[in-house]
Amino acid sequence: MRVCIVGCGAVGSLFAANLAQLDDVEVWAYDASREHVEAINANGLQLSGAGEVLGRMTATTDAAELPQCDFGIVATKAMHTEAAIAATAHAFADGYVATVQNGLGNEETLARHVERVIRGTTFPAGKILAPGRVQWDVKGDTTLGPYDERTPLEEVERLADACTRGGMPTSAVADARGPQWRKVIFNASTNPIGALTGLTHGRVCERPDLRALVSRLVDEGKAVASAQGIELDADPEALIDHAAKPEVAYDHKASMLQDVEARRQTEIDYLNGGIVRFGKEHGVQTPLNQAIWALVRGLEASAAEPPTPGR
Amino acid sequence: MNVCVAGAGTIGSLLAAHLGRVTDVSVLVRREEHARALNREGLRVSGRADFTARVTAATDPADLPEPDLVVVACKGSDLDAVAAGIEGEFRSATVMTIQNGLGAEDVVAARGPWPLLSSVTFMSGTRHSDTHVEYILDAATWIGPYRATTAADARTVADLLVGSGLKAEPYDDLRPAQWSKLIFNATVNGVAALTGLPHDHRFAEEPLGPLVHALMDEGKAAAAAAGVQLAEDPWEMNVFATQRGFRHSPSMLEDVRAQRPTEVELINGSLVRSARANGAPVPLQETVYALVRGREESYS
Repeated sequence: MRVCIVGCGAVGSLFAANLAQLDDVEVWAYDASREHVEAINANGLQLSGAGEVLGRMTATTDAAELPQCDFGIVATKAMHTEAAIAATAHAFADGYVATVQNGLGNEETLARHVERVIRGTTFPAGKILAPGRVQWDVKGDTTLGPYDERTPLEEVERLADACTRGGMPTSAVADARGPQWRKVIFNASTNPIGALTGLTHGRVCERPDLRALVSRLVDEGKAVASAQGIELDADPEALIDHAAKPEVAYDHKASMLQDVEARRQTEIDYLNGGIVRFGKEHGVQTPLNQAIWALVRGLEASAAEPPTPGR
Repeated sequence: MNVCVAGAGTIGSLLAAHLGRVTDVSVLVRREEHARALNREGLRVSGRADFTARVTAATDPADLPEPDLVVVACKGSDLDAVAAGIEGEFRSATVMTIQNGLGAEDVVAARGPWPLLSSVTFMSGTRHSDTHVEYILDAATWIGPYRATTAADARTVADLLVGSGLKAEPYDDLRPAQWSKLIFNATVNGVAALTGLPHDHRFAEEPLGPLVHALMDEGKAAAAAAGVQLAEDPWEMNVFATQRGFRHSPSMLEDVRAQRPTEVELINGSLVRSARANGAPVPLQETVYALVRGREESYS
């Protein structure tokens, strides 16, 4: 089978390099970074850290070069989904496109451009070290499921089986919304609190007032999930308390805080903004997620401009 | 009338300098060098006015003439320390608070039996040095009786301020004005501190405007639950202030930028505690309160 990774950042690279280990899978990588693409074509894609993997593949910045693919795996940041799939949709005329991105709404965006979409949520993480070289920080599971009836479960199982054989444990399920919403609720309830206060995850959880705020955000997210008939695969609260342990992620600085400090756009529209949007569609009030969304939008706006003189 | 201004930040400096033109003014400050500079150079005002006033300054109240009126003009976060510094002093004086938020009067009341006036001020400026303050927004100071004082006492002080070139109005009951400003400050200062944005048109537009509006609605409900009828609508104050044409950085934003303690307890904390005591739900105000306190926690 032929698989194209759309957006070969840290997470995309984990899928690309691992899938490239299989004799029966031909991997293509589409990415906007010319340096990254050239390094991959010259030397392969090198993972280090949680696993040492060298993957050989064809990488390109030009979507027109992509051949017809059986599967796509979209791994861009959520705000780049639209542009990425608009450019590459032609390569999936007969194929299936999976998202392993953060947040809500990516499936809907993909479905506006391609026929058959696979919903997905992935927990492994890493970071780009240099063009063609990626640090694999954390191993973890991936869950895939059909977005709608146009995608049969057997096709999802084919992709999940390939990922698992390649070294990325992946399960195919009929309804993948449970893990997706668990991760979204976890991220939406913790990440912006770190960004707005500057506190690490562990220190947020130590303050009773902030921990209570986190729980109120979780409760709103759960209500929106429940209104759609989604059963979470586990309680986000358990994940939050687990992550607060010193040996897990006590000192973790929220990626959203890092985004703000680096003056990058955050994924707030797809996290809290997504919960608010789905809440409106299903008649569930989400005032706190809406408040957090607005505050982080303000934070993005101030980070994007030079400081004003004190008046 | 002999007036002592305790604390010479922006508001204290504006008060001391203006009053110094019409009456005897002493200034109680924390740093010796600040007192020496004031005694040597006087206090200069630029901006809306342009003059230099003579003042007598010291770090020890015992070194100052006995005042008839003490204006405690420090920031809320320094209030108890400043009040403790005059404990047992100035026995014949009336003391007036001017801090943001609620509860400043009670902090001072716990330090001595002085008759108390409360006030809120809308004027603002920028302190350029120990002896130079720029007067930017020439808005009013509202004054009302608090403990063992009358509306006539409030009027006397308001008249003194007006005579010195400032704007002031006396009130029989200051709470309607105090709560209007409390709701305004809890919302605008909190949102500014958390987002890093100065108070400008964005506070009245998408995406922040609806949040600002909802926070103020909660504040209005808390005021109603406390039995207070507001003097002004905080949302209208917000819209008006954002149309003034300059981008004011609220003190809470300045404080978090400089990693200083903020006035979150007197402002947001007072609002939330009053709402809780009166059974008014304020989940958004609680959110802002918790986030600003978390931000302060992140300094260390």
